[in-house]
This record gives sequence, C-alpha cells and structure tokens, in this order.
Amino acid sequence: MPLLQISEPGKSAAPHQHNLAAGIDLGTTNSLVASIRSGIAETFPDIEGHHLLPSIVHYSEMAITKVRDDEIIVGNAAKSFANQDPLNTIASVKRLLGRGLKDIKTLGTRLPYEFVENEGQGMPMIRTVAGLKSPVQVSADILKVLKKRAEKTLGGELTGVVITVPAYFDDAQRQATKDAATLADLNVLRLLNEPTAAAVAYGLDKGASGIHAIYDLGGGTFDISILRLHHGVFEVMATAGDSALGGDDIDRVIAQWIMQQAHIANDAEHHQIRELLDVARTAKETLSTQNTAPLNIKLDNGIQWQGELTHSQFHELIDPLIQKTISPCRRALRDARLTVADINEVVMVGGTTRMPRVREKVGDFFQRPPHIDIDPDKVVAIGAAIQADILAGNKPDDDMLLLDVIPLSLGIETMGGLVEKIIPRNTTIPVAKTQEFTTFKDGQTAMAIHVVQGEREIVLDCRSLARFELRGIPPMVAASARIRVTFQVDADGLLSVSATEETTGVHSEITVKPSYGLQDTDIERMLRDSLEHVQKDVATRTLREQQVEADRVINALRAALKADGHHLLKHHEFLEISAALDELLRVKEGNHVQAIKRAIEHLDEITQSYAQRRMDTAIHHAMTGHRIDEFTQEN
Amino acid sequence: MNYFEVFDLPVSFDIDTDTIAERYRDLQRVVHPDKYVNAPDRERRLAMEKATQVNEAFQTLKNPLSRGLYLLQLQGIETHDNHTAMDSEFLMQQMEYREELVEIKQLSHPFDALNAFLNRIEREQKQLNDTLSQQFAQNDYQSAHDNLRKCQFLIRLHEEALSLEEELNNGEL
Repeated sequence: MPLLQISEPGKSAAPHQHNLAAGIDLGTTNSLVASIRSGIAETFPDIEGHHLLPSIVHYSEMAITKVRDDEIIVGNAAKSFANQDPLNTIASVKRLLGRGLKDIKTLGTRLPYEFVENEGQGMPMIRTVAGLKSPVQVSADILKVLKKRAEKTLGGELTGVVITVPAYFDDAQRQATKDAATLADLNVLRLLNEPTAAAVAYGLDKGASGIHAIYDLGGGTFDISILRLHHGVFEVMATAGDSALGGDDIDRVIAQWIMQQAHIANDAEHHQIRELLDVARTAKETLSTQNTAPLNIKLDNGIQWQGELTHSQFHELIDPLIQKTISPCRRALRDARLTVADINEVVMVGGTTRMPRVREKVGDFFQRPPHIDIDPDKVVAIGAAIQADILAGNKPDDDMLLLDVIPLSLGIETMGGLVEKIIPRNTTIPVAKTQEFTTFKDGQTAMAIHVVQGEREIVLDCRSLARFELRGIPPMVAASARIRVTFQVDADGLLSVSATEETTGVHSEITVKPSYGLQDTDIERMLRDSLEHVQKDVATRTLREQQVEADRVINALRAALKADGHHLLKHHEFLEISAALDELLRVKEGNHVQAIKRAIEHLDEITQSYAQRRMDTAIHHAMTGHRIDEFTQEN
Repeated sequence: MNYFEVFDLPVSFDIDTDTIAERYRDLQRVVHPDKYVNAPDRERRLAMEKATQVNEAFQTLKNPLSRGLYLLQLQGIETHDNHTAMDSEFLMQQMEYREELVEIKQLSHPFDALNAFLNRIEREQKQLNDTLSQQFAQNDYQSAHDNLRKCQFLIRLHEEALSLEEELNNGEL
C-alpha cells in the first residue's frame, strides 16, 4: 500500500527546485554516466556519440610538471596508447581498487604495470611517467571525465551522484570507490550495488513483482543477487559472487591458449601481452555470431602467426569460467532459502552476458530463458540515475525503497587466529551488532581488535579490514573488564566500529580505514593539490560548502515546520527555532564561514528533540494505519 | 520498546509472517536513511539508528529460533548459557544423523540420498516449531528452552547437509 503525501491546500510544496543528480557505473572495462531528463533516464554520450567510456587512463610525460586534468587522457583516446605505451596506460583499474599487492598477485593476473609498494600502508602504487598513481587516483581520473560530461549535458553543477559497485565488493573496495569520488570532487549520495541498480531499471520499467535473480557478469566482476520486488520495495534476499571474475578472464584464457599454440614464451613483453588480449577479445566477440574466429598475430621475432579458434575449442576454454559463476548462484539461492523453482525472472546484466554461451548456461541452471531486453551495458547506470534522482529530492512522492544486504560476513580475530562472526553475510543494512569482550591477563590495559571480512574460519583466509587498539583499560583482574564493541554498517555497506569499556566508560570511535585504503589526510592533500592546480580558491570553496549545508538545513527545517511545527512544538519552542532559523538566514548571506557553521550547529542543537518527535510521529502513523502521511519528508 | 511492539504485534511465538513483512516495509519507508539523504546530519544519524533497530527487530522475529530465544529473554531467562543437558535420546539421534551424512558423502550417487536426508531434517524442524508454538502458548518456558536447543542442533545439521550439497555440486564441474 503506497503512502500518499498530501500537502495542505494552498500550501503546496514550494515550486520544486530540480537538483542535478547522476548515476555513475564505474566499470572494469567501461564506465557510464546517466541522468533523468524530462522524466526519462538516459545515458550521456561524449561529443563523438559514444556512451561507453572505456575505463582506461593514459598518463603522459606532459603530466609530470603540471598535473592538469586535460593532460590525462581517458577513454577511447587512451585506448590507442594501450599497446604502444602499456606501462603508462592503466586499464581495468577496478580490479586493483581496495586491494593489496599480495591480492593483486593472487588474482592470477599478469598485469602489464610496474607496482610499487607504498611505504607505511599496503596500498600498491603504479609507476607511471607522471609519477606514482594509486588505483584510487586512476579511478578518480575516470570519474572526473564522467562528471564533466554530465555537467556539460545537464548545464549545471551536479549536487550528487549515485555510484554503483559490485554487490560482492568488500568494505575496502567500497571505501576505495568512495575515496575516488571524493578525489573527483563528487558528492556521493549512495553507493548502490550493481545488481540492485539493474533491478531498479528493470523492475520500474516493467512494474514487475515477484522474485528476480539478477546475473551480472561484467569485465572483471561477477555478482548474483536474488531480490523480492513488492510495490516499489526492492528487497535483496541474498547476494553472492566473485569480485575477481569476468570477461577479462575469458580474454586471458584465450590469450594463454594462443600463446601455447603460437609457442610464445611465458615471459613475453608487456605490449605483446596487451596485443594478445586484444586479439582474444576480438575473437570472443566474433564467436558470438560466427562459427570460427581467425587469429592473426605479429610476433616479437617478426614472424606473422596465423591460427583459428573454433566454437567447440572456445567452449572448452570458457566453460570452466562460466561454471565458476554457477556455484555462487546456488549459494545465493540457499542463503535466500529458495530453489530454482521459486525464481520468477532472470535478468542478465553486464557486457559479458552478451555471449550466447553464458546465456545458454545460465538459462540451463535457472530452467528459464534469461531476460536481455535492456542493454546490459547501460542498465546499471540507468538504475543508478533513477535512484540518484530520488535521493537528490526530485521525487518527494516516490515510494521506491531499496533494502540491500552486506555481501560478506564481518568478524573479528579471536584466540588462535580464528574468526568469530559478528554480522553474518546477507544481513539487511543498516545493521549494528554489539559484542562484549574481556581481558585475558591481570592488569591488561590495552586490547587489539582485528576486523576481518569473509566466510572462512581462519583469519588468514579472510580479508583483513582493519586493526585497532583500545587503550586506557583500567588495570583489573583478568576477565573482569567489560568491553563492548559495536560494529555499525551503514546504508552504503561501509563499516565503522566503536568501543567502550563498561566499568569506566572509556570510549573510542574508529572509522574503519581499510588496510589497503587511503588515509583521510591523503585524500585531503590530494584534493587540495588538485584544487590548487585548477587554481580554485580553497577559501571560496569552503564558504560555498557551508552555504550549501546551510541551505540544506534551512530547506529541511522550513518544510518540517510547515508540515507539523504547530502540532509538535510548544509555542516557545516554535519561537526559539524560528529565531535561530532567521539568524542562520542572516549569516548565510555573509562570508563568515565560522559564523555560518556556528549558526547551523546551534539550530541543530535546539531542533534535536523536534527531529526525534517527528520521527516517532511518522513511525506511529506508519504503524497505526494512517495512510495519509501529512508529515512531508525532508528533501 | 520490545521487538513485538516495534511492529505493533502481540508478544507471541505465533506470528503472521505476511503481516510482519508488510509492517516492516511500511516502517522502512518512513525511517530508511535513503529518505534522509538531504536532511541535516543529526536526522541522518537518527534515521540510521531507527532503520538499524527496525532491521534488528525484523531479523529476530522473522526466524523461529531467534524469535523463541527472544521470547525467553523477555521472560528474563538467560539464553546464552552453555548448559546442554540434552536428553540422551535426542543426542543419540544427532550422532546417527551425522554418521549418515558421512555415509552419504561416500555414495557414488549421493544426491537422492542427500535430498531425502534434507527433507527429513526439514520435517523435524517443522514438528519442533509446532511443539514450540504449543509450549509458548502454555507458558512452558522450560520445555520451550530445551526444544530451542534442539532447534539449534537441527539448524547446524541442516547447514552441514547444505554445505555437503554445495561441495558435491562444485566437485561436479
């Protein structure tokens, strides 16, 4: 039953300001940006009409002295450098995002880059002629191009974006994605899981209901999500996947097969590998429509090698990879407590699902032909654009709600290197769990907590997210201290941890900075550097940010007061809040950053109990069957 | 506010899963952080707290085992005890089940046997839930507690059987 929103006669919500918002699909192979224009969600092309921006970044020597955005080449133009200058041309950077050097080496990938271990932190850096680049920076360079494209098309500055991530991304990979957005100067409204985004694009389009399986095989990641669609609510029941499996791997097995056939040594040069991967990709595409694909390669020794890849050979090579996607499908069904027979629809997402063999195998498993009617390359960006439009407040009456889950269990290390699970996978977010710990030795004053993510029982087999220490525990007899540790996962799927020692109240708050991520200070520095290079005034920017925040507070409060201020506030409270609101309106026009900040904080302080009352009233109304929601939501 | 009150439901082991799911969705439509993306920080935090509570309440009540344990906690009964004085008949039965699972693994065509095994466990779980429903209705918390422990055993066994199924499936590449 949808909630109706009815405004008071004659007081209809102020003519709605349209906030420019976009959805971004930051893909392994290609990236896209989409937005809603005149009620229609569409992806935006570049000047040449290409909607897909190849996720390839080329750094040139020009970029050493002055790192300006226009000296970093992204997309199709960068693609041409891939073979001639592979070390400075970064492709498929998404596979490196939020990962450590060790992870990258075990990806089974022979990457044609030179990695440098970053001192002090585990994050690997890529050596380019323009200096060391982290995967976060490379991703930010792709995002900047999409931002520019969207702002040019929409004719204004974006207020916020929704960026999609593979559902199976762990905390470190999500945090790295968000960091890249911050570096690209984007306001992230939400990180959205790719299959959920696809379900939104697909479900809203068809007004679908029932249980959907979204099979998303992209360039470098695989996700399967099982969702229940019910009157605009998209409830993720389970998700599973492999964040290092995709079309790239198919290209790689073909390239390896060619190497065997053509007797190319395993230590071939970077550019030769790059070229082989291109040949492999072309062969893969050819085999979608043809029975054989011709192979033609110029070897380093000058000899021209010719060969052929047949359908049956091709299937023999790729079937094991496709099969690797089936066991996550089984696991997701099992976690959702469903069987294949319960699935109403199967939707295909991601460029790699264009391959007829993938469709065939997936159809066999789910015992029904999968849907392929929305362009599998664009569907994720379109879903993200729809959610961005709603989150930006452009559709206050919209009833859509996405209930997503945490893809991998969160746990902590206990004695003997074992993992104690705190939050099991497929728990709906936001979620918080509190666990109590105690000291092991007499007089112990500190405790190390190691947070891991994964399904295995041994710490070494899971992903290390963060280590932190709780200090200042008063010396006590072993096992008498009571330390409560709370793990909170927010709606973006990001973790924060706080700990309190109960008997003394020692409290520590930790934002989990993943072992392979950037520190906040790094991001600030990089942001400052990049701003200085484009010669924007940092002070002007800070003022502008405070004014935007002030506007947000003012608009939200005005809407609230109009809706229920007279019901929920006593006369003197109403007057006090109005006075503080007037004060904020006054200082906002000036250029005193601190004054604006203080006025916002003051207003925030005195409206605390009002906000609580409004929330409680809204909950009460939702529960007592009031279908008319006179408490307009903030936008 | 206890978890039943969150959904305006009477405190009982028997709940209507459709009703609770619908009320859960209605509540999330009001408190979910997505509805507060542009609200001031404090309201955003408040929304996250509320949405977290609603999720926690729903998770707990949705599943019969956690619902049963929660009902005991509401009665002030300690449920984290390690006291496992289970009746020996039940324990014997559990050992037999486990042996059976090991035997199934060694069969050359294990899937039919495994499926039958899973069906049997699921039937037992269903019976146990019916018993629990009666015991909670009669406020017989002691017996309910014993049966909830049995429930935990069965759930673990069921999970092991499913893992075996996954293992066998994956071995069949």
